Amino acid sequence: MKSFLPISIALLAATGFGFWYRFNSGRIKGGKSHGHRLSERELNKPLGSRVTLLQFSSAFCTPCRATKALISATIENMDDVVHIDLDAESNLDLVNRLEVTSTPTTLILNRKGIEVGRAVGAPSKAQILSAIDAVK
Amino acid sequence: MTISIDARGPRFSATLTTIVLAIALITHNVWVLAFQGFIFAIGAIRGPQKTPYAWIFKKFVKPKLTGPEITEDVRPPQFAQRVGLGFAIVGLIGGFTELHLLFQVATSFAFAAAFLNSAFDFCLGCFIYLRLVRLSKVA
Repeated sequence: MKSFLPISIALLAATGFGFWYRFNSGRIKGGKSHGHRLSERELNKPLGSRVTLLQFSSAFCTPCRATKALISATIENMDDVVHIDLDAESNLDLVNRLEVTSTPTTLILNRKGIEVGRAVGAPSKAQILSAIDAVK
Repeated sequence: MTISIDARGPRFSATLTTIVLAIALITHNVWVLAFQGFIFAIGAIRGPQKTPYAWIFKKFVKPKLTGPEITEDVRPPQFAQRVGLGFAIVGLIGGFTELHLLFQVATSFAFAAAFLNSAFDFCLGCFIYLRLVRLSKVA
């Protein structure tokens, strides 16, 4: 019972999803649904005086480690930017409140701790820099 | 202590997995899926670096690669092997009980995941793990 139909459907769907995934991975989005506010008490860490990059990582995520290293290196000489990396699984309440569904997800917070954008997936250095520049 | 492995290994294995699952889907052969299920089981239990595919990679492919070795935590590809095993088991149940659609759907999902990993460097654990954790908490 040979049939090329199931594999054709699977291949088409996966290819479409793959391009969507590639296109969206790491892109910084403003989005109306965001605007969550986070406090220093909630994060247990001081916020950046201008920008805080709040990253959610998990154990089963290869790009999380690379994203953490890239963000750390990118903001190394920026005094007004802070990077916080949290394990998503052990911060589930926060994850639920912030509607984080996959890792890495990086929230861009302004000086008040208000989310002004987020990157789902691994952002590039240029994407990180432009996101930081966009925060007043 | 987490183990690090050559990140190119799982991607090579995903390519072989894609081919094997494509054969299983096209020929509707339960035994081909059973073979891949056995490979998934080794990867899920002992680690993706212990499968026959990983052995082929180490023995024949890696010596020919010239680029710098990039390592990754073993847990994400092992998680993907577990998901693959889950689909394979469901597909095998479908295959052995003559539920052809179940066999085709489950094998298609496993095939799609392996293809995405191989062609797009898709990280399955990143995409579904947190969703699963959130779902299990709700349930």
